[in-house]
Amino acid sequence: MNFAFMKTRHGKAITYAVLAVILALLPWMLTGGFENGKSWVRAVDFALLYIMLALGLNIVVGYAGLLDLGYIAFYAVGAYVYALLNSPHLAAILPAWLIGPNFIVMLVVAAVFAGMFGVMLGTPVLKLRGDYLAIVTLGFGEIIRIFLNNLDRPVNITNGPQGINNIDKVHFLDIDFGRPMEWLGLTFDMVHLYYYLILAFCIFIIFVTLRLQHSRIGRAWVALREDEIAANAMGINIRNVKLLAFAMGASFGGVSGALFASFQGFVSPESFVLMESIMVLCMVVLGGMGHIPGVILGAIIVSITPEILRDVINPLQEGIFGRRVVDPENLRMLIFGLAMIIIMLLRPEGLWPSKRRAREFHEHDEEAQA
Amino acid sequence: MTDALLKVEDLKVAYGGIHAVKGINLEVKQGELVALIGANGAGKSTTLKTLVGMVKPTAGSITFNGENTARLAPYHYVDRGLVLVPEGRGVFPRLTVEENLQMGAHTRNDKGAIASDMARVYDLFPRLKERRLQLAGTLSGGEQQMVAIGRAIMSRPKLLLLDEPSMGLAPIIVQKIFEIIRMIAAEGVTMLLVEQNAKLALETADRGYVMESGKITLADDAKVLLANEAIQKAYLGE
Ligand SMILES: Nc1ncnc2c1ncn2[C@@H]1O[C@H](COP(=O)(O)OP(=O)(O)O)[C@@H](O)[C@H]1O
Ligand SMILES: [Mg+2]
Repeated sequence: MNFAFMKTRHGKAITYAVLAVILALLPWMLTGGFENGKSWVRAVDFALLYIMLALGLNIVVGYAGLLDLGYIAFYAVGAYVYALLNSPHLAAILPAWLIGPNFIVMLVVAAVFAGMFGVMLGTPVLKLRGDYLAIVTLGFGEIIRIFLNNLDRPVNITNGPQGINNIDKVHFLDIDFGRPMEWLGLTFDMVHLYYYLILAFCIFIIFVTLRLQHSRIGRAWVALREDEIAANAMGINIRNVKLLAFAMGASFGGVSGALFASFQGFVSPESFVLMESIMVLCMVVLGGMGHIPGVILGAIIVSITPEILRDVINPLQEGIFGRRVVDPENLRMLIFGLAMIIIMLLRPEGLWPSKRRAREFHEHDEEAQA
Repeated sequence: MTDALLKVEDLKVAYGGIHAVKGINLEVKQGELVALIGANGAGKSTTLKTLVGMVKPTAGSITFNGENTARLAPYHYVDRGLVLVPEGRGVFPRLTVEENLQMGAHTRNDKGAIASDMARVYDLFPRLKERRLQLAGTLSGGEQQMVAIGRAIMSRPKLLLLDEPSMGLAPIIVQKIFEIIRMIAAEGVTMLLVEQNAKLALETADRGYVMESGKITLADDAKVLLANEAIQKAYLGE
């Protein structure tokens, strides 16, 4: 494909403008175009949350080269922090001023909390790499989930496996994101309102990761990923730079988790299982580790495909066999697994890799041609 | 002498039970090019690594630019102007030549000066300019050595430590590398040069130290060492 036009300044402006219009209209195209349009908008809302998660994990895995299999723990921390401060569950115990804080304050708290957990994970694993690091982070993710599952005794903090209910929707700029709103002759439902809210934060996070990539800290992460000893010799404080990667990645997860909790209105430990960590990692790897557009693409594909399958496979099965033969949920994992294998065999660098990564994987092809 | 840029006193280094450096004294003055020669396993690399904190000494002192620099964390040395071009070069193989050079300036803030230093490195190594967008790992050994030296220059070293820059290179490339070393020295960069190629090192240096199994056995002007019969027998193959 030729993207040359899009690289000119004029072309860039046009591309962004088109993109902005599409993004602004997307939920209306979905609700207008499909019978079950609202559930599609909901799916897109979740896709946006996953993009935020994938971009956060991309900092740790893609930029700093630290394999993390417990990333969903930070999503959980953000979600529970929001849930506990914005639901009746602890309202009787906590001082009143703590309950239902300002939304932006709330997100900062979620980010800081998750970031602290990131440092907590990062500190003991400073000397670990590769497979050892993967195992420890996996354990960390499970520990967090098990804590959430069991911290209902002796004092009921997390409400255990039942999870926390009746979480307040976001109230911000005089808008109640839980209630339908009339504007410009359109009815904005909860899913629409949240679409724009999550999209705003998603764009913010994309902006931050882009800036990070070309900053001094971004270059330090690259050096760290490529060779720790050499990076040290360049004057880079490995310990701080690693902890910063864990903390930054985790805080993105925390913000995403807080938005998730308010959107869903309910959280329980079940949402934060190992499979979720693996899914987010798949988004990063499948899309193109370290490359923001690739990671976004990966997150969209991995989170939206199951929704499409659900809508396509059932009618298809009923059409062919007259009844449902396979549960779409099972089929989803089968197809997903196969797709992962095929893509990793054919395009190990991911669907939309950075030039650098594509080059690493195809250096030999170039030599062969030369 | 109190005006030494680097002063090492009674330095001892051990790896577990192995005593690699057994109490050495050496110094490098501002503007000097000092050679440290010796057989394989004598402890030369260990000495250099200790100078930049990659290995911790068991005893002794290191004074650089008036400051006690023994036992700092490894990332503290670049800022102080103590830069090592390690044995085996230590370039970032999956970064381009230019990115490698930029890494050398990682702790610096002076954008304009960085750009002019980059231009200077490309003047010293026109070969690197041609290959600035090539991944460093795909360069030849000699070119990687140029990247390693160029990257060190980008750090604006007060004292440049070179560990066997001639290792594994064809004689003609070695000549080229040493030509560059002389050029850098002429620009006023102080250097401590470790070499197994003793002849070339002593011909290039102002002074030299000879190291044998962890100890300094001889120290003198490079010319005197070159004329020394024992050294000629042991290291110069004459
Ligand atoms: N990492 C290490 N662990 C244990 N012993 C080492 C290590 N590095 C070097 N040595 C030992 O220390 C001694 C000096 O090594 P080195 O400083 O590399 O010598 P040179 O650079 O002069 O060839 C050798 O006996 C070597 O085997
Ligand atoms: Mg050596």
